[in-house]
Amino acid sequence: MRINEHPILDFQRGEEITFFFDGQEIKGYAGETIAAALHAAGVRVLGHSPEKHRPRGLFCAIGNCSSCLMIVDGEPNVRICVEKVKQGMQVETQQGKGCLR
Amino acid sequence: MLNKTGIPTTEDLKTVTPSQERLKKGPVAIIECFQKIPCNPCTEACKQGAILPMQDINDLPKMDFDKCNGCGVCLSRCPGLAIFVVDGSYSAEEAMVRIPYEYLPVPQVEEEVVGVDRAGKELGTFKVKRIQSGGPKNKTYTVWLAVPQELAMEVRSIRLGGVRHAG
Amino acid sequence: MPALKEIEVLIIGGGPAGLCAAAAAADLGAGVLIIERDDKLGGQLVKQTHKFFGSRKQYAGERGYQIGNLLIEQCSTKAKVEVWSGTTALGIYEDGVVTAEKNGQHLKIKPQKIIIATGASEKMITFPNNDMPGIYGAGAVQTLMNVHGIVPGQRVLMIGAGNIGLIVSYQLLQAGVDVAAIIEAAPTIGGYLVHASKIRRAGVPILTSHTIKEAYGGESVEGAIICQLDENWQPIPGSEEDLKVDVICLAVGLSPLTELCFQADCQMNYIPELSGHVPLRNDYLETTRPGLYVAGDVSGVEEASSAMVEGRLAGISAAYSLAYGKDVAPKLQAEALAELSELRAGPAGQKTMQGLKKLMEKGGAGC
Repeated sequence: MRINEHPILDFQRGEEITFFFDGQEIKGYAGETIAAALHAAGVRVLGHSPEKHRPRGLFCAIGNCSSCLMIVDGEPNVRICVEKVKQGMQVETQQGKGCLR
Repeated sequence: MLNKTGIPTTEDLKTVTPSQERLKKGPVAIIECFQKIPCNPCTEACKQGAILPMQDINDLPKMDFDKCNGCGVCLSRCPGLAIFVVDGSYSAEEAMVRIPYEYLPVPQVEEEVVGVDRAGKELGTFKVKRIQSGGPKNKTYTVWLAVPQELAMEVRSIRLGGVRHAG
Repeated sequence: MPALKEIEVLIIGGGPAGLCAAAAAADLGAGVLIIERDDKLGGQLVKQTHKFFGSRKQYAGERGYQIGNLLIEQCSTKAKVEVWSGTTALGIYEDGVVTAEKNGQHLKIKPQKIIIATGASEKMITFPNNDMPGIYGAGAVQTLMNVHGIVPGQRVLMIGAGNIGLIVSYQLLQAGVDVAAIIEAAPTIGGYLVHASKIRRAGVPILTSHTIKEAYGGESVEGAIICQLDENWQPIPGSEEDLKVDVICLAVGLSPLTELCFQADCQMNYIPELSGHVPLRNDYLETTRPGLYVAGDVSGVEEASSAMVEGRLAGISAAYSLAYGKDVAPKLQAEALAELSELRAGPAGQKTMQGLKKLMEKGGAGC
């Protein structure tokens, strides 16, 4: 759900790119965060909490709250609200606390 | 009650409404600003000397209705979108109400739109007579709406175009 | 990059306060480095689409993002201002070294003066299911909508009728999103009433003395139960209402982001009127740790217009303490102080004034 016209703002979007969310191909724009691209594609559940397995979504969107931790290109606990999306990137739902390889 | 609902009361409005005689004379700015906040762009916008300079930036704006020519510069400058221009001399039956507008779609001239009051209640369908863009920097549009004389102090916005993000 | 970066004035945070501090210190001749966690300067200003209040001195009438761009532009043209974006401050050490992280690299900075302008973070409230996807801080909604051009959902319940709740509701309407209601636990609207009136005439109900009882849904929000509060802030049985919304936006206040102040051993005091723990400081914004200044929301949550003036004041004061601007600095300081008292003089500034008074009275008491 992207805003195409706005009474005050103009949105300059970068080049269109594709990345993967749990193996599924998703389109985004260069320069935007993973969270933004996932949100635009309607993905709101980003993972589940380690103990009670409750769904986790975006909360602060500026890197403060750690609600949006995911595995990005194999690295766990990435704050996807501040990490930029890249062509071909593999973004995966994280189960538990994440395992450093 | 304004501070519980966001809707100015009749008593609030009395303090900023010019006389019927003045309204009939021609366009005049109505400053619906009822709370002391640190803000003064309206006083600087007015080139007619109608909006009096403030002693303290927290003062409420003070209007000299006789000096106001209804030019509408203050309307486009007010950060609170709280200034309207009402012209009771437009015709025998109709008054012209100018409202600041920052939504999409922007209505077209001669388009029929639904006018609403300060609570968002629909008051009827009225014709847009003129549209003025605030320009690339200011961006606030001014919409000229012809409304029945008795609604001149009631109509304060138009119904929004609705949600544009289905699915 | 050298192993230890030496600089006269280090500014932590590139929002309205930090940018104004940088410009002011550089104008007096001091060498300035701004470090900013985000990859862009401007802080929350760049997300504000409404016209600002205040006077011409604080760019009143310009929209927040326009002011942000202006301040960024101002700093980028100054040779004395260096900017490290994407850089997170990690710690302030006893020997005065500040450490930071950029692209996984550990950096060390040795400033002569430090200005902390880290802003604030959003508060949370408790209710069942408050952790469900679809519940956002108001800042997140602004970031999604106004930075990325993405709407958070279809229909929103806004919690909080302070300026942020009112402004973000208006921004949602501008982006074509439906706002079901704004609820506020207090008996009156906390934000500017002109903002409230703007939203009210767009048909959005503002329900004071109302709170959220719970959110519900499966994997994400599908609705909320709200209820009315009596004069003792207790829920009134039978007043529950079920709102079908897919977004709940929390605008329940901010708390100063003071971790660095605590860590630097500044004397801190809890002042509710300033929204949390804030560092004790003198009129010129220098804390109890000599050479460490604060400006903006980190020193007490206020409007951006005050943050800009505080930034300027801290910048002037830091540069002056390094013997820059000997002839003009006292006059500039006095001007900034006068602007601050002007902004805080009215009823809207009362809370801040009370908070500052309390803070100064607490003085040596500690926390």
